[in-house]
Amino acid sequence: MIDIVIDVTLLAFLAITAVASLRLTNLFAIVMLFGIFSLLSAGLFVVMDAPDVAFTEAAVGAGISTVLMLATLALVKRPQKPYYAEAPRTHTPWLPLIVVVITGSALVYGTWDIPGFGAPGSPAQTHVARDYLDNALQETGVPNIVTAVLASYRGFDTLGEVVVVYTAGVAVLLLIGGRRSKTTARRKDEVETR
Amino acid sequence: MRPNLILHVIAKFLIPLIILFALYVQFHGDFGPGGGFQAGVIFSVALILYALVFGLETAEKIIPSNWLHKLAALGVVIYAGVGVVSLLLGGNYLDYTFLGSNQVAGQHLGILLVELGVGLTVASVMITIFFKFTWRTVKHKYVQKR
Repeated sequence: MIDIVIDVTLLAFLAITAVASLRLTNLFAIVMLFGIFSLLSAGLFVVMDAPDVAFTEAAVGAGISTVLMLATLALVKRPQKPYYAEAPRTHTPWLPLIVVVITGSALVYGTWDIPGFGAPGSPAQTHVARDYLDNALQETGVPNIVTAVLASYRGFDTLGEVVVVYTAGVAVLLLIGGRRSKTTARRKDEVETR
Repeated sequence: MRPNLILHVIAKFLIPLIILFALYVQFHGDFGPGGGFQAGVIFSVALILYALVFGLETAEKIIPSNWLHKLAALGVVIYAGVGVVSLLLGGNYLDYTFLGSNQVAGQHLGILLVELGVGLTVASVMITIFFKFTWRTVKHKYVQKR
């Protein structure tokens, strides 16, 4: 009973946050709502017994992403104009509404065939998960099976993930890193202002 | 930036706790929720908070940018290096069994080292991205003022 109350509350807040971030035009407020959205998702992951995922979502989604988006906002400093002020509409609102309703109902129809949450007979539980749960502790001596799968059984995947993170850092450095020496920066600015 | 006493005191109190928690998440990831990714992000949060409160110049004195770039690469090298070492010791790539005297010890050591590499890379990349973004903002303001 209490689970259902928590689920419904969190999902209702998620929906409210999503709609609010669509309706708002103040980018600062939207970034804050994104942070709240991530925190609510983290709460949902905790309810679904996935503390590792919740941890990542809270740290990365609610923490770092919000800070980075705020930093970007300070960098670009351009408030979003209300969408209706941008350009005259080329079509009626009915077309997108119909598209969304059809896509949405197709997705909902698709969920009917999905096995229930945590159903023992579902493919996710019967394939390799069973093997990990039975043998991970004896084979690796690590009680947290998520860590055992992440770092040992699927170590190659995680290596790829680390390389992705590293590549992101390299990309940022290449795009906006530049030299830190002030003389080159000033010289460039002088050339630009002339 | 205008100094703010409350922010300074609170930040100085919080930053050691955040770093301690990051280390806990890093090295306790085998037993509880957590691991290199989360620990790296939490560690970078400590430095970002420091930079927000005490200014970018002061924060860059703690870890110079070129160190950060090297640390980010070092994390990937540690991870990939563990794989190469296990290859040389007679196992498959990233098969930690041969790193220790028995299978469990080897796996434990391997997971610990690999998570360390993950944490290093994630923390340095996050700090680098934040520093670069904010440094550009500061530069733009400086240019606009002139």
